[in-house]
Amino acid sequence: MGNNSCFHCGDDCGSHPISFQDKSFCCNGCKTVFEIFNENDLTCYYDLQSSPGAIPKEIEGKYDFLSQENIIEKLTEFRSDEIEIATLYIPHIHCSSCIWILENLNKLNPSISDSQVNFGKKTVRVTYNPKATDLKSVVTLLSSIGYEPYISLDDFKAGKKQVNRTLIYKLGIAGFAFGNIMFLSFPEYFEINEFWLEQYKHMFRWLMFALSIPVVFYAAQDYFISAYKGLKAKLLNIDVPIALGVSVLFIRSTVEIAFDIGSGFFDSLAGLVFFLLLGKFFQQKTYDFLSFERDYKSYFPIAITKIEKDGSENSIQVYDIEKGDRLLIRNEELIPVDGILINGRGKIDYSFVTGESQPVTKQSGDKLFAGGKQTSGVIELEALKSVEQSYLTQLWSNDVFNKNKEDGFTNITNNISKHFTIAILTIAVISTAYWLFADASKAMNVFTAVLIIACPCAIALSAPFTFGNLLRIFGKLKFYVKNASVIEQLAHINTVIFDKTGTITSNKQSNAEYEGISLSGSENLVLKNSLRGSNHPLSRTLYNILDEHDIITLDRFEEHIGKGIEAEHDNINLKVGSASFVGNAEQTSTLNTTVYISSNNSYKGKFTFYNSYRKGVSKLFNQLKKHFDLVILSGDNEGERENLKKLLPVKTKLIFNQKPDDKLEFIKYHQSEGAKVLMIGDGLNDAGALAQSDVGVAISEDVNVFSPACDAILDASKFKRLYDYVMASKSAIKIIKWSFVLSFIYNVIGLYFAVTGQLAPVVAAILMPLSSISIVVFTTVCTNFIGRKLK
Amino acid sequence: MSVIYIVLTVSVIVGVAFFIVFLMAVKSGQYDDSYTPSVRMLFEDEIVNQKKENSIKTD
Repeated sequence: MGNNSCFHCGDDCGSHPISFQDKSFCCNGCKTVFEIFNENDLTCYYDLQSSPGAIPKEIEGKYDFLSQENIIEKLTEFRSDEIEIATLYIPHIHCSSCIWILENLNKLNPSISDSQVNFGKKTVRVTYNPKATDLKSVVTLLSSIGYEPYISLDDFKAGKKQVNRTLIYKLGIAGFAFGNIMFLSFPEYFEINEFWLEQYKHMFRWLMFALSIPVVFYAAQDYFISAYKGLKAKLLNIDVPIALGVSVLFIRSTVEIAFDIGSGFFDSLAGLVFFLLLGKFFQQKTYDFLSFERDYKSYFPIAITKIEKDGSENSIQVYDIEKGDRLLIRNEELIPVDGILINGRGKIDYSFVTGESQPVTKQSGDKLFAGGKQTSGVIELEALKSVEQSYLTQLWSNDVFNKNKEDGFTNITNNISKHFTIAILTIAVISTAYWLFADASKAMNVFTAVLIIACPCAIALSAPFTFGNLLRIFGKLKFYVKNASVIEQLAHINTVIFDKTGTITSNKQSNAEYEGISLSGSENLVLKNSLRGSNHPLSRTLYNILDEHDIITLDRFEEHIGKGIEAEHDNINLKVGSASFVGNAEQTSTLNTTVYISSNNSYKGKFTFYNSYRKGVSKLFNQLKKHFDLVILSGDNEGERENLKKLLPVKTKLIFNQKPDDKLEFIKYHQSEGAKVLMIGDGLNDAGALAQSDVGVAISEDVNVFSPACDAILDASKFKRLYDYVMASKSAIKIIKWSFVLSFIYNVIGLYFAVTGQLAPVVAAILMPLSSISIVVFTTVCTNFIGRKLK
Repeated sequence: MSVIYIVLTVSVIVGVAFFIVFLMAVKSGQYDDSYTPSVRMLFEDEIVNQKKENSIKTD
């Protein structure tokens, strides 16, 4: 490749590169983009990063719906006569060149006054003057330079999203108060009895009190709410002892300064809340550019072309499609509703739905299901149902999509907190009882001191920091996990269920085997060359599989749509295609896709296509079989059963012909038998199963483009590492248990001071941050160690 | 009035002022995207460089 890669997009230029200004391009599209940039002095684009571009796609008529008022209204976040602002999602954003070119859009269209990229979210926020240009031309411009925005039904509802920044506010407030209180309480730590400090210490104390009020009532409010909810549900979650600790700290400190008993524990209070929030912040790592909540709406278009009774074409919203409407689907457009093909030749790519890579050919009168993508030419169809009632979309009416998985799950922290809280309360009561007899004046002091020092800051921090760090490590290894609790669930898995097509098979390649009378050299030559001229996906696949041959000019070449191809060269008449086209009488019905070949009207043989499995499938299954039950749950027919049996461990269950609902029910049934299920799937047809399983992982060839709602997204190239990831989650649980042990040791030391009635503010102020920080260091070091082993 | 009151008042005012600036920064969305600005701030130079080169050539 080397010199032969496209200057714009980096793809291989093949044998016929297009040359322009001494640079080679793989296609006219790339060359055009370069010309646009060249004319506008924007070639700096190529200096920042080599070959950063994408091939612009054909978009003729695709964005006509953007001229409609009500759709513009939904997509823009601000509209006036002079200014419109829209945020567009562009999956291709991937490097600094992208940011640069997109922020210089106004050089390409002067009516765009401002464009700002958010790299993490892969969005560009465009401000333009609607008098001089419009949304449609902005989108068309973006598409023409290879940055096609992704506009889906999801944008339609979302509209103006509010960003939730409360955690940053809370963290800021707690940090601000923590720092200031520390300063103010410094003199008292050393008990300097200088005159001026004695004189002003009341004022210092009341200042600390004032600073701690927002900490307790705003920054820490989530802990009170969660503790209240927990108690109401009769659960002693970790927030109960935290809320107890915070309120005891605040009340005791206030009483102390009000009656001039001591300086209070405001410093520990603010520090505690600050560290806890820091843990929350750390755990909150999100992948802005990935969405784990996607349903069919993220893939469906907003609008579709409807053919009116008088023959005129009109863009209508997808939700407005009614039964009986005639719809026009262009090349590369998605079919939004179930319908009947009326006109044109359908070649529907259902890879979104099933993961199956071979498009299905449909003829007029055939039924088409929603979710398929038309891949050749224009078709017309008549809608049979509305969007929400279509075969595929109906799946989302299942209850499982409204359930929050985290609800029914006690995490490790809350599990330990149950025992912890009871133990602490017991110690507090016993020691108070003791002091009531020994020295009643100290009893109250000891009671509060126990609750303060036992406030489980370190315990509460162990899980967030361990999981948070592991989340980051997984992210670097292209395993994107939704949140920390998913890692915990992953550690408890005992059954692994795989989808077949697109999950353990690869979308990109397939294998074909030849059966029959072997072809002569010249026949092979003609076959290869006739396939070269055909655009049918099966021809393309077969072409790539067959050995290289010289390129010859065929005497005659004809493609019979829906049947096959016919080619003639040097007295060889070759027919390639369906059994009936080739004239094969045997017509054995096989479950696999087959292409038949005849030469000079005598039947020669057939190519049977097999799925090609991902590399390392067999190894992965052999690793997994030691610890887990394995199941293959496929929507396909049994054609691959024998192949799979050879490939996979004997005890793997193979189940075929599963509809989306069946998959969901299968998992539900096994869960009721006590299985903890990890489901691995890829298409929208797995969406129900992914939602029902304890952990649903979506495999994706390109994480930016497609994945159904799930708990984690795994890059297809890392599929074979799955076992290591599951094992790493199990180690994470071990780390957390060890850090619990560590924090118990701190608690025992602290409790010694508390029970003996000698808890000075300075001891609390040292012990609390020390325990928190050492836990953070311990978990971070340990998880990084696991991470190194993973690499 | 003792000088410590003045010092305290000033320090509290400065502290609160910075705090308000922080709140404003959060509100304006400064913390929403922490990556792009780091790339963006390097761009300006390259455009200037290019212009300089051009101007030298025309001279």
